[in-house]
Amino acid sequence: MDESQLRLDGNAAAGVLQEIFVQELTAARGACASCGMVAHMGAQHLYMYPRAPGAVLRCNTCDSVLMVVVHDGGRRRVGLSGLTWLETREPTPGS
Amino acid sequence: MARAAVQRRLNWRLGQVLELIQETPRVRSVVLAVPDWPGHLAGQHVDVRLTAEDGYQAQRSYSIASPPDDNERLVLTVERLDDGEVSPYLVDELRPGDRLEFRGPIGGYFVWDASMGGPLFLVAGGSGICPLMAMIRHRTASANTVPTRLLYSSRSLADVIYRDELDRRAAIDGGLHVVHTLTRAQPEGWNGHSRRIDAEMLEEVGWAPAERPLAFVCGPTPLVEAVARTLVDLGHEARRVKTERFGPTGG
Repeated sequence: MDESQLRLDGNAAAGVLQEIFVQELTAARGACASCGMVAHMGAQHLYMYPRAPGAVLRCNTCDSVLMVVVHDGGRRRVGLSGLTWLETREPTPGS
Repeated sequence: MARAAVQRRLNWRLGQVLELIQETPRVRSVVLAVPDWPGHLAGQHVDVRLTAEDGYQAQRSYSIASPPDDNERLVLTVERLDDGEVSPYLVDELRPGDRLEFRGPIGGYFVWDASMGGPLFLVAGGSGICPLMAMIRHRTASANTVPTRLLYSSRSLADVIYRDELDRRAAIDGGLHVVHTLTRAQPEGWNGHSRRIDAEMLEEVGWAPAERPLAFVCGPTPLVEAVARTLVDLGHEARRVKTERFGPTGG
C-alpha cells in the first residue's frame, strides 16, 4: 500500500489526544520545530499504522515528526520533540 | 454549548439504538437515544467501541450526521467496509433496542457553527458526506441563511447517500445548491457531471476565491488531497480549506 493512503488529518487523533490531555487539542495551534510553520493540530498529517501500537503526527508543510503517541503494555508514551510550542485557548468561565 | 462540547473528559457511554435507516445498499444510519447528551458541533465525531465475548475490543471513529439542534438523539451514518472489524457489525447485525458503546463528541477543528459564517463550499466523496450533512442540517435548523454549495461525488446514483433529503432541501432553500458527480455509472439521460472532481468542476460549482468561502472537504484520502491542493492552486486561502480524510484504517 502506498504510504500516503495511510495519511489522515490530525482531526482523527482528536480522541487519543483528548484521552491524554483531557482538553480538545485539534483546534490548538502548534509550531513545527523543524520548519517553524504554525498550524492547527487538526490540519497536520496523521499517520496511523494499523499493525503498530501508535500514531504519528507530522508537519503538513515539511513532513517532520511533531508528536508520537505509543500505547504499549498499559502505558502511553507521548513524544513531543518535534513541537516548539502548542497553544490552546483558556476555557471561558462558566463552561 | 460550543465550549461545553470541547472541554470535557471523554467517557464511554451506552446509547440505545432507536432506529436503523438503510441509506444505500452499503450504508446504514444508526439512530441512537442519548439522554444527557452535552451537545456537539456539526463536523464532530464519536468513537464507537465493540467488545467481543473474549474481551477483544475494536474501536472506530464515525462522524455525527445529525445536527446539534436534535435533542438527545444522535445519528451515525456508517458505510460497510468488507474487511472492516466494526462497520459490518453496525451495518448488518445491529438491531433496534441494542445498546452501543461510544464516547464523544470529539474534535474541534473540522467543525462548523452558524456563527462562523460563510459562504460555505462543501465537497464530499462517498460517505464523506456525513459530517457535511450535519452542517447542512444545522444550517437549516438554526434558520441560518449562509449561502451554501455542495459538490458531492458518488460512484453511481444508487450510492448517493441522503439523495432524497438533499433534493428536498435544495428545492425549498434558494441558499442551498447541490451538484452531484457520478464517477462510475450514470443512469440513462443523466446530464450531470460524470467524472472525478477536477479544477474545472471546482471553479464551476464553487465560489470565487474573492468571496472567501469556508471550504470543508471530506472523503477518501486521494480525493481530499486532490481537492484541497486544487482549491489552494485556484487561489483559496489554505487556512480556510479544512479537510477530513477517511483512510483505510477505518471500518
